[in-house]
Amino acid sequence: MYDTAKTESALDQTETKISARNVQVYYGDTHAIKDVNVEIEDKTVTAFIGPSGCGKSTFLRCLNRMNDTIDICRVTGDILLDGEDIYDPKVDPVQLRAKVGMVFQKPNPFPKSIYDNIAYGPRIHGLARNKAELDEIVEKSLRRGAIWDEVKDRLDAPGTGLSGGQQQRLCIARAIATEPEVLLMDEPCSALDPIATAQVEELIDELRQSYSVVIVTHSMQQAARVSQKTAFFHLGHLVEYGETGQIFTNPEDPRTESYITGRIG
Amino acid sequence: MPTAWLVVFVLAVSAIGYIAGRRRALNSAGGDSRALHSLPVYYGFNVALSALVPSLLVLAVWLLAQPMLVENRVSGMIPAEAIPESSTLGLVMSDVRRVAEGLDIAVQQGALSEQEARAIRADVTDVRARLGDLGVALGSDVRSEVLSAAQRYRQITATGHLLMTLVVAALTLGGLGFAYARTNKDFRARNVVERGVLALLILAASLAILTTIGIVLSMLFETVNFFRLHSWTDFFFGSTWAPNFRGDSELSILPLLWGTLYISFIALLVAVPVGLFAAVYLSEYAHGHVRAFAKPLLEILAGIPTIVYGLFALLTVGPALVRVFGRGSEGLLGVDWMSGATSVLTAGVVMGIMLIPFVSSLSDDIINAVPQAMRDGSLGLGATRSETIRQVVLPAALPGIVGAILLAASRAIGETMIVVMGAGAIAKFSLNPLESMTTITTRIVSQLTGDTDFASPETLVAFALGITLFVLTLGLNVLALYIVRKYREQYE
Repeated sequence: MYDTAKTESALDQTETKISARNVQVYYGDTHAIKDVNVEIEDKTVTAFIGPSGCGKSTFLRCLNRMNDTIDICRVTGDILLDGEDIYDPKVDPVQLRAKVGMVFQKPNPFPKSIYDNIAYGPRIHGLARNKAELDEIVEKSLRRGAIWDEVKDRLDAPGTGLSGGQQQRLCIARAIATEPEVLLMDEPCSALDPIATAQVEELIDELRQSYSVVIVTHSMQQAARVSQKTAFFHLGHLVEYGETGQIFTNPEDPRTESYITGRIG
Repeated sequence: MPTAWLVVFVLAVSAIGYIAGRRRALNSAGGDSRALHSLPVYYGFNVALSALVPSLLVLAVWLLAQPMLVENRVSGMIPAEAIPESSTLGLVMSDVRRVAEGLDIAVQQGALSEQEARAIRADVTDVRARLGDLGVALGSDVRSEVLSAAQRYRQITATGHLLMTLVVAALTLGGLGFAYARTNKDFRARNVVERGVLALLILAASLAILTTIGIVLSMLFETVNFFRLHSWTDFFFGSTWAPNFRGDSELSILPLLWGTLYISFIALLVAVPVGLFAAVYLSEYAHGHVRAFAKPLLEILAGIPTIVYGLFALLTVGPALVRVFGRGSEGLLGVDWMSGATSVLTAGVVMGIMLIPFVSSLSDDIINAVPQAMRDGSLGLGATRSETIRQVVLPAALPGIVGAILLAASRAIGETMIVVMGAGAIAKFSLNPLESMTTITTRIVSQLTGDTDFASPETLVAFALGITLFVLTLGLNVLALYIVRKYREQYE
């Protein structure tokens, strides 16, 4: 399995999508992320693994500046998206978040209809000129979210009425609808049952064709199944970053090995 | 022995019971509190409560029931022909009570001995003058029937009092003895005390509910009396409010209801936007320290007595509005639309100010209850904060906000002091907000203040108005609570 993942990623044209240099994050006096350097490739699934509280979600939220909404959070260092510093004062965080979509741990459909959930982003950003175009975007996004067949007859039903797995795929479809370049996923399957998890994982693998996907996960099996690159975080440090197969079969750092074999975590 | 001493006695016995029960329990366990079923305090409380609760309950019931029973017995003594023309049994009975009290005072001050008070006779002594010397003024000369009834009244009351003292004391000591006898190391005092506490809680809860029912029933009876004297079609469907005491009053609720709803509408027009915007700012934009400072400040508004708002309406807002809309060429607008300071607008604006903290505080709670995940989801899609609030947070909070507004509306409808002082007293249908109008609550106040005769429709109409108001606000509250509760279920 690791071998196929490796060959697949080797086949794709790899270029750096996001590169982080010397990133430090502070919550008040707490130093949450220490000196993280990482290059995230385009059209690749990158997994962030590590024990709880190691900073992987915090780092993920730095990539689309969601941490701006937390008053006491301070980020230093450079994070470049396509070579542009996203923390540059000229960058509008709102525009950035449209380019770097995010899917959250708990499915969070808005209390609106399925259609309005998907149309939310395109409407805000003016992506459709008329209703027909909007319909088209909604259908395309739901198809790519692998949920079209299940909801096509009830687009007017509230999104909160779907099952957990359907809700999460709806949220992924919603994130796709704004045509992002990068998709960040913060433990997208932790609230789902195994069947829904399998569906979402399959979807993530398909999304790799068009996007750079970054996924935070607690499940090492999941990281091994869906990702081509894996980063291991521990106590705010990026301990090891490399090909997923490499990390799981032959880690360089003893801490990575301990975590993967279950000795720390 | 005054009742207060009886209560002190009961309390003292309970205190002794506490100490005794505790000691007996400890002794039965040989001084080792670990061998007891419950903690020692529970044994003490068990004995104390057994002495205290039944006797106090009996005391309370007795104090309520005795005057009624005595009244019943004594009023039978007064023959129908002893009741003068233009008077009623009730009025004669109040004379009887007054004479009885007068005799009590006389005995207390030593002007009469107990025997003299019992033997005093109206045809021999001028009772009115003697009592008048002691500061007990009587309206008319005391007739012999009244005097003998008063003497009988005193006698029964004194017997009842003695009986009550004995019964309560016996219950106290009996309760103490019973609980003390039961106390030993295996007795489950904790469970018994806890059952007692439960009963206490149930009593408190049912008291609140029973009071509500009592209020409704008393209003209902008076309302029925009103509708016996006045046609209900005029009350509900008439168009004029013109009470007079000549007996041909037109008492229609509609002009008052119109005034009430119009003023409430203006109040909501002020309170809802301001309160809602304040809530949005406080919950979504304000930093922690601004919020910590501004929210309590806003809620202080809710603590201002409504009479102070009334003064504000009368002395500040009303004259200011007159300066703008009235006084002809001297006014700010050069128009003469408003003559007096009292108007629908005056009362409405001030009431709106009063309701701002109500709306903002409730809405703030409801907006805060919208899960952060909703905001994150919207922000993560590249929405701005204001887009998030308008399109996700407010729609999600809408049912709760509607509930808050309905609660504010029912406050506005029931509000009294501000409209008494700010709205005027003229009942009419008019769309002009600069005119005086009146509301249901102000009319209730004016119909019941001053000399009132509880047999005329002009007075009794207050109860019909009251119960209509009650039904109206109750309906709004039920609707509001239903909406708020339904909304809560969505996220839990």
